[in-house]
Amino acid sequence: MTFIYPTDSNKAHPLPLSPDYKSSIKRAPNKPLIPMRHTLSELTGPVYGHETVREGDSDLTTQHTGEPIGERIIVHGHVRDEDGRGVPNSLVEIWQANSCGRYVHVRDQHPAPLDPNFTGAGRTVSDASGYYRFVTIKPGAYPWGNHHNAWRPAHIHLSVFGHSFITRLVTQMYFPNDPLFPFDPIFNSVPDEKARARMVSSFDLENTQPEWALCYRFDIVLRGKNATPMENH
Amino acid sequence: MQDSVKPNGITPSQTVGPFFKYGLTPNGEYAWNDAFTNSTLTSDVSGERIRIEGRVFDGDGVAVPDCMLEIWQADAQGRFADPQDKRALPNASFRGFARCGTDKDGNYAFESIKPGVVPDPDGKPQAPHILLAVFGRGMLRHLYTRLYFNDEVGNAADPVLALVPADRRATLTAVREAGKAVYRLDLRLQGDNETVFFEV
Repeated sequence: MTFIYPTDSNKAHPLPLSPDYKSSIKRAPNKPLIPMRHTLSELTGPVYGHETVREGDSDLTTQHTGEPIGERIIVHGHVRDEDGRGVPNSLVEIWQANSCGRYVHVRDQHPAPLDPNFTGAGRTVSDASGYYRFVTIKPGAYPWGNHHNAWRPAHIHLSVFGHSFITRLVTQMYFPNDPLFPFDPIFNSVPDEKARARMVSSFDLENTQPEWALCYRFDIVLRGKNATPMENH
Repeated sequence: MQDSVKPNGITPSQTVGPFFKYGLTPNGEYAWNDAFTNSTLTSDVSGERIRIEGRVFDGDGVAVPDCMLEIWQADAQGRFADPQDKRALPNASFRGFARCGTDKDGNYAFESIKPGVVPDPDGKPQAPHILLAVFGRGMLRHLYTRLYFNDEVGNAADPVLALVPADRRATLTAVREAGKAVYRLDLRLQGDNETVFFEV
């Protein structure tokens, strides 16, 4: 059987059932996933160019008439595969809470203020080397009902398309040294400590813009194609 | 130089959470435009136009209102809008990708065309199928499944369906409504009649 994208890479992902994250209890499959060979259907995938991305979609601080409240940040990095190759022309979508920890979503009931100048959604396309860049506001932590005194560490949600339907990734980018990490069941649903650390951005002093914005680097790593397809039986 | 760094492993998946709608499926309800709709159709697309409808349920049989589904499929000739598919594309503007959020009752719907036959790695024909990725709150990694059509005789010889126990294949088979180009498939994340999900 030939797996062109090694399934071992999937070990970095959380298990579907992570009971400390209560919403997973009734939504994780009970039955084991059925392994299958990759066919052309799995190995191809949507490639999107700039027709879905407007000028300015990557700057979440200029989408309204006024400036949003909070700490302006640059978030940038490369989309790569696990062999280190940049993934060009990859659509990267982000969404996040505002600086007070409030989403514009109608069902977010956290009584923190909404910011009329911040929606919290953005998108961009990686360049020829896989590089992407956003300007946004650092999101706040917010409480949620998972357990007593539960607060999510500050995070930005990211959705990324790679070279095929099976390299599709939705993840969350966290900020360095967040004191909430040990208490967050979503962050800790990733069992391997090193894999967990790959969801934490690094403070990037070199690319901070003086008197304008701090900067964080976040490299997104998608599954890589084996140069030599594996034969495992 | 950063570009040549070989990473130690992939970035793990995390849930889309409950509050993705304004960013990923705003559908006119938020100050953000949709990157994708629930339709793959283009004006020049050939093939049979179909609608796919269904609901998503959790392990208690409760409708899941905060799910997002994405589909990926071949055109009516069985060809993908991707340069990795080396065969010529007859429908130059057909993209084959669409995205849909579930509503408060767990309903989803896609407008598309019936896909053609795609070969498996041995060159054997696969029955017409659509790939589905299911995202949602409580789902730490999205789930992969396939949608097949109940009126396709090729299902009996499909190499992927053959991996699925016979009594579970119906969870992957959309049923055509009498007299309409509408197929229905409900997704059950857990429990009785749990949808078959694949490790890919």
